[in-house]
Amino acid sequence: MENVVQLVACSLDGEEYAIDIRSVQEIIRVLEITRVPHAASCMSGVINLRGMVIPVIDIRKRFGLPLKAPGESSRIVIVNWEGLLVGILVDSVSEVMSLSGENIEDPPSSGSNIDIRYFTGIGKLDGRLLLMLDLEKVLDISADA
Amino acid sequence: MDLSQYLNMFLEEASEHLQKLNELLLSLESSPDSRDILDDIFRSAHTLKGMSATMGFTRVAELTHEMENVLHKLRNGDILTTPNILDVLFQCVDSLENMVGDIAGGGTGERSIDHLVYTLRSCHSQVDERTTLPASSEEEKGSEKDVFSQSDIKIQAENQFTHLSFNEYEKNLIKQAIGQGFNCYHLVIHIDPSCVMKSARAFMIFKNLEAIGEIFKTNPSTNDIEEERFETSFELFLITSETESVVSKKVTGITEVEEPDIWPIQELNLTAAETSFPMAVISHDNGAAANSRLKSSQTIRVDAVRLDSLMNLVGELVINKTRLEQIGRVAQLTELNETLEQIDKITSDLQNVVMKVRMVPIDNVFSRFPRMVRDLAKDLGKEVELIIEGKETELDRTVIDEIGDPLVHLLRNSVDHGLEEPTQRLADGKSEYGRVVLSARHEGNNVIIEVQDDGRGLCAETIKNKAVEKGLVKAEEAAVLDENSLYRLIVLPGFSTAKEVTDISGRGVGLDVVKNKIESLNGTLHIESTLGQGTRFKIRLPLTIAIIQALLVSLENEVYAIPLSFIAETTSLMPDELKKIHEQQVALLRGEVLPLIKLHEVLQVPPAEIPKEQEINIVVVRKGDKKVGLIVDTLIGQQEIVIKPLGKLMGSIPYVAGATILGNGQVSLIIDVASLF
Repeated sequence: MENVVQLVACSLDGEEYAIDIRSVQEIIRVLEITRVPHAASCMSGVINLRGMVIPVIDIRKRFGLPLKAPGESSRIVIVNWEGLLVGILVDSVSEVMSLSGENIEDPPSSGSNIDIRYFTGIGKLDGRLLLMLDLEKVLDISADA
Repeated sequence: MDLSQYLNMFLEEASEHLQKLNELLLSLESSPDSRDILDDIFRSAHTLKGMSATMGFTRVAELTHEMENVLHKLRNGDILTTPNILDVLFQCVDSLENMVGDIAGGGTGERSIDHLVYTLRSCHSQVDERTTLPASSEEEKGSEKDVFSQSDIKIQAENQFTHLSFNEYEKNLIKQAIGQGFNCYHLVIHIDPSCVMKSARAFMIFKNLEAIGEIFKTNPSTNDIEEERFETSFELFLITSETESVVSKKVTGITEVEEPDIWPIQELNLTAAETSFPMAVISHDNGAAANSRLKSSQTIRVDAVRLDSLMNLVGELVINKTRLEQIGRVAQLTELNETLEQIDKITSDLQNVVMKVRMVPIDNVFSRFPRMVRDLAKDLGKEVELIIEGKETELDRTVIDEIGDPLVHLLRNSVDHGLEEPTQRLADGKSEYGRVVLSARHEGNNVIIEVQDDGRGLCAETIKNKAVEKGLVKAEEAAVLDENSLYRLIVLPGFSTAKEVTDISGRGVGLDVVKNKIESLNGTLHIESTLGQGTRFKIRLPLTIAIIQALLVSLENEVYAIPLSFIAETTSLMPDELKKIHEQQVALLRGEVLPLIKLHEVLQVPPAEIPKEQEINIVVVRKGDKKVGLIVDTLIGQQEIVIKPLGKLMGSIPYVAGATILGNGQVSLIIDVASLF
């Protein structure tokens, strides 16, 4: 049991993704996002999280998926990456799950229409496949703006 | 004993003393015979020695000890204050700063000081043996433990009488006490120099003595003693029924307190000696210094982080207050609104207080410049007189922290490039002493800092040629530039007019860095110059950069904040009043041509279908003496806003200086007005 990781599962454009729960501070409903002109294109803007101004990444834009306005089920996952608070806009958050190490594989070299460099691995659970986000790469906006 | 908890205190005090030493040495340089200054230097060095020895930083203690030896000789007049000795002392202070810096960085402060020690020793070995007076340094006296006999007092008194007068009330008190058979004693208390909590010891002494009698006078004052404004000794006057030995025991029973010197006061003394008392140790320590100590206000040290979090909390409060006001307006609850008015008053008071708490006199930055300019002038072989004005001017700590480097740069610039060589100056009929004036003053909600020199001034032709050569402007453009536009050229990146690159200020970082820094603080840099008479750099800075007044404007659906400090006025024009000159929209405002910027375009605002007024609202902003009109949709109103950074991930966004949270919880961006010019 020592290899179990806890993950927050969320969905985007019909695919399932997972974020290591240790990086997740909280999950909030979508509130008003202020557009920031001249920001990197994947940045939706900034939000007010209890008095803090926090940037929000539209993960659809980040992955080059078709754009979709946030809906009722949309959520912002607030992650704390090395002290930096960032919101990640996803279509929905389904559950928190535990996955043991043997069910996690290296990311597939192909098969998904998304660039594999944003993932640390792929988790398997009861026939479901979860792409595990590599936050370091996802949040490194300047690398490929 | 674990001393690590005192490390911070040590570091703070050590750097204060080093700063003071620097200042004092500078004043000594201009008046080498001043005994008072030497005394002060000696005291600072002595304190530093004691502190560092206690903390176990032996090198610091060793070096200060050697300095003390030289200072002692200087004080006694055994050796003269020569520029050589001053240089050595300056080097010692540098070396000490180095060591303290090392300690601050977690090191041990170990540096090789052999060379300095050798030089220091050779300084005082020049002393003629004959003139060496019998040792009378403070510590030695401080450690004298014999209770003086009457004859001792006389000798002591002859040497060291300090006139400490009793007022009528005190005289009466003594008379009455003696008349009623009480004893009056004059005690000089010595606390071990290594004692860390001197005031606590003093408190215990007071407590013990008050158990057997009444203390009716102290020197320095009780307040000063409680706040540790004394070196290692202080004196007090006690009325008691007990004998001298009992009194002595009460004091010596406390650890780290040495046996006190006690003299009985007889009524005779009062009249005969006209209220003069032997002041064994204190006499040195008090004099002029006591006065200045009394003047220093009551202060406490507070960790800057705590102040920052206090400021943040007040910021949050302001945001929430604004939100409440909005709710009150919508709900139209009279009672709520009345309470809100109170809260509004209290929060703005609170904010003012917090702001004031964070204010630091600009002297914190200025104080290091005399030394820097002195060294610089020496290196360059120039004679420079630095005049500092308005060093008590207060600024927000955040601004203070940032303004140091730009000022260093401007001062170096003035001394290196601005001032001519002494021979050149004489040839031009100027005094060979170049004069640099560094001044600070308040002007409304701004602080003006000026660096002014009486050097060669800026040469318009040289600037033009240089700018053309560097490709910053075209030759035909340069020819028509007016003075102000010319001066703006020298703050462009890659511009440097110095003929040779020197070690001092030709390091490739130009005035553009200074300008950028100042603008990042919401300030402006203005240059004035007269050829042959000098140059003046004028910096205008806001008092604080955390909470500012701003005008909220809307662009389509979006709300932006424009810092009020940049706004000259707002106006509205009919569409037919807008003209176009070379693709540039302009308007005529009171006969002046005002270039217009459509913020919608600059900020890529997506169009929304909102009915607009026919009139066009314009916010006129200024930077230096340039003005630009910003076209906005509606003016919402003036509001206090708390500046928040956009965060690292956003990086630097052009035209945006930060974000703020409005009363309705919405985030609004603050327009970086300076970048629009």
